[in-house]
Amino acid sequence: MGLEQKLGDMGIVTTSLEKAVGWARSNAIWPLLFGLACCAIEMMSTQASNYDLSRFGMELNRASPRQSDLMIIAGRVSRKMAPVIRNLYDQMPDPKYVIAMGDCASCGGVFNNYAIVQGVDEIIPVDVYIAGCPPRPETLIDGILLLQEKIKGEKITTWK
Amino acid sequence: MVAEPTKIKEDIPEIHDSPQNIVRAEDVQLDITFDQLKKLVSERALTGETMLLNMGPHHPSTHGVLRLLLELDGETVINCIPDIGYLHTGIEKTHEGKTYLKGLPLTDRTDYLAPMSNNLAYCGAVEKLCDIDVPIRAQYLRVILAELTRLNSHLVWLGTHALDIGAMSMFLYCFRERELILDVYESVSGARMMSSYFRPGGLWRDVPDTFIAQVRNILQVFPGRIKEYEILLKKNPIWRDRTVGIGKIGAEDAIAYGCTGPTLRGSGVNYDVRKAAPYSSYDHFDFEVPLGTAGDVYDRYRCRLDEMPQSLRIIRQALDRLPPGPVISDDRKFNPPPKHEIAYSMESLIHHFKLWTEGFKAPEGEVYFAVESGKGEYGVYLSGNGTPKPRRVHFRSPSLNNLQAMPLMSKGCMLADLVAIIGSIDIVLGDVDR
Amino acid sequence: MAETPSTFKLEPPEGLVASTTVFRGEVTLHTAREQLLALLTHLRDVQQFNQLIDVTCTDYFPQEPRFGMVYQLNSLPRNIRVRVNVMLSEHDARIESACAAFLSANWLEREIYDLMGIHFDNHPDLRRILMPLDYQGHPLRKEVPVTVEENAFSFNRERIDRDKPYARE
Repeated sequence: MGLEQKLGDMGIVTTSLEKAVGWARSNAIWPLLFGLACCAIEMMSTQASNYDLSRFGMELNRASPRQSDLMIIAGRVSRKMAPVIRNLYDQMPDPKYVIAMGDCASCGGVFNNYAIVQGVDEIIPVDVYIAGCPPRPETLIDGILLLQEKIKGEKITTWK
Repeated sequence: MVAEPTKIKEDIPEIHDSPQNIVRAEDVQLDITFDQLKKLVSERALTGETMLLNMGPHHPSTHGVLRLLLELDGETVINCIPDIGYLHTGIEKTHEGKTYLKGLPLTDRTDYLAPMSNNLAYCGAVEKLCDIDVPIRAQYLRVILAELTRLNSHLVWLGTHALDIGAMSMFLYCFRERELILDVYESVSGARMMSSYFRPGGLWRDVPDTFIAQVRNILQVFPGRIKEYEILLKKNPIWRDRTVGIGKIGAEDAIAYGCTGPTLRGSGVNYDVRKAAPYSSYDHFDFEVPLGTAGDVYDRYRCRLDEMPQSLRIIRQALDRLPPGPVISDDRKFNPPPKHEIAYSMESLIHHFKLWTEGFKAPEGEVYFAVESGKGEYGVYLSGNGTPKPRRVHFRSPSLNNLQAMPLMSKGCMLADLVAIIGSIDIVLGDVDR
Repeated sequence: MAETPSTFKLEPPEGLVASTTVFRGEVTLHTAREQLLALLTHLRDVQQFNQLIDVTCTDYFPQEPRFGMVYQLNSLPRNIRVRVNVMLSEHDARIESACAAFLSANWLEREIYDLMGIHFDNHPDLRRILMPLDYQGHPLRKEVPVTVEENAFSFNRERIDRDKPYARE
């Protein structure tokens, strides 16, 4: 974030609108409370006290998709669940982001069979993929920081 | 330059044109039909007097993707119809394409809160089928890790159950304790959760030097923490109001529905697989099985909370008496030889080669092996056919039978109590749907 | 508890059990389809097997009869376990539902109907439980292949990527 201090120690910074809005948006993401399987337990561990996610601004998990802007698909997506996920994604307001956490959400994972959608990107567009089975909390935090970098870098022409 | 699709080399049999295999248009349905629903709800729902509500697969308090169709008269639940299958993974089908050893990591993912219990059940079934002996040190270590897994499962249960009822700080305390156990898992096997550490024949490798110190630390720290949880909840009037007398199930009904674990023991039936059919030298250890009396949410909570000090007791006994020795069976037809032997022994080389390329062959036959996981009796039914891959693997999931009894438990309760009842049954949807 | 699995004596009435096998200390009773409900009721009432722990089914393709139904029973007072096997042919995959004898068979039989396609007569609520309701076929039968997607290596990765249905918005 570019700082230009004029007139000594007056406590004024100047920056561009994109950078300021990007900084504000990326540090106040509200995730949708959506956990499917084993990766959800690691996501809960990440939100608990040891690897705290609230230091990154994600303290609240909203249960309603209408009030959230990030969906972390944590776990394997079965064929019966796929229309439900699409429904939830459609109900989220723009701008929305999706993180595919874990191997099963990214590519089908260990399960190459009739029951599992081979990667949730067959249903919804994904911004960040996190590998691991399940990924460690540090890996999830790394993925979230990557998403924050992406949000910070958004230009004014791409705002919806 | 893109290659042609490779042909999947599988023996896919011919589909006969028998009447069972032809699908008719009237058989294809998109959701539960009205006729099927009529049998499940009361007549008041059909006239519109009571309300049909969908507590959908995406819900903060259903512990996973469980869909409940509720028939409500105001706030009171008249009928509750669970709809499962939103996490169906086809694990049993996937096992048929893998050898016995390669299928082991899949078992971690059924009941993902107690992964080592699942491994123990699967390894026990394979050892029973192939008649492999497990050395005593491996059995004791399996007991220690299985009891730590029980603690793990109960901590997640307590944290999420209390969170649903409203005591939010329990969630943070339980997950903080859980980190100690996950550190043990990581030092032993390398993975925090899905540690495929048990192998048919024993363990993957011996425990590291830090293991005993870590487990002793847990034994020292945990009793104080369990006391903290008791102080927070046991005599708390809000907790007691929300749990005493809610979700009662009698002993006869619980037995008829095939419930096991704390769901059955909360109603007073003394059945614990560790005592009834001891496996992995559980009969060497001295422990009690807590029982409830009324079969309500509070009694099930007390059963699980009292099981935690008993687990610590078993771990202490096993750790004090841990014998030295090998940790994996030396039957070379099933377990690979140590790497240094391959350099000078031809038989070791051949065994190593056959085991890692083809896998060991199980005899023709079927076995059923059950363990007491934190949720109830978790069983594995294995049918071998003389080849390295199983013919059928079926997991007897405790959560499926416990969930079947839920509509009976929730008749006449309020909507808020339904959340407490689901939490007290302690279901894991990965186990229900497999 | 003096009874062990290898020493306990079961004397079911004549004609209910076709044969008995013991393998790895477990007792299996083989019976015919028509005698199943009578045998289960006898085991529950007379022999005190009060819990039906599990109902499952194995596909023995290409042997005929193809499907083997397996019922695991547990006796809490006597602390013993027994298994009941029934073989069904592929062209006539129907069997009486065990819900009349044990309540726990409800969802377990629905699962077998869903995944294997065996029809249960007199089942109170037979519909699919694990697969979506508009799914066609029965996945656990041997004619359904185990793997669905080709494994991606460096030589076929682009083709798989090109043909995969990605969501764009």
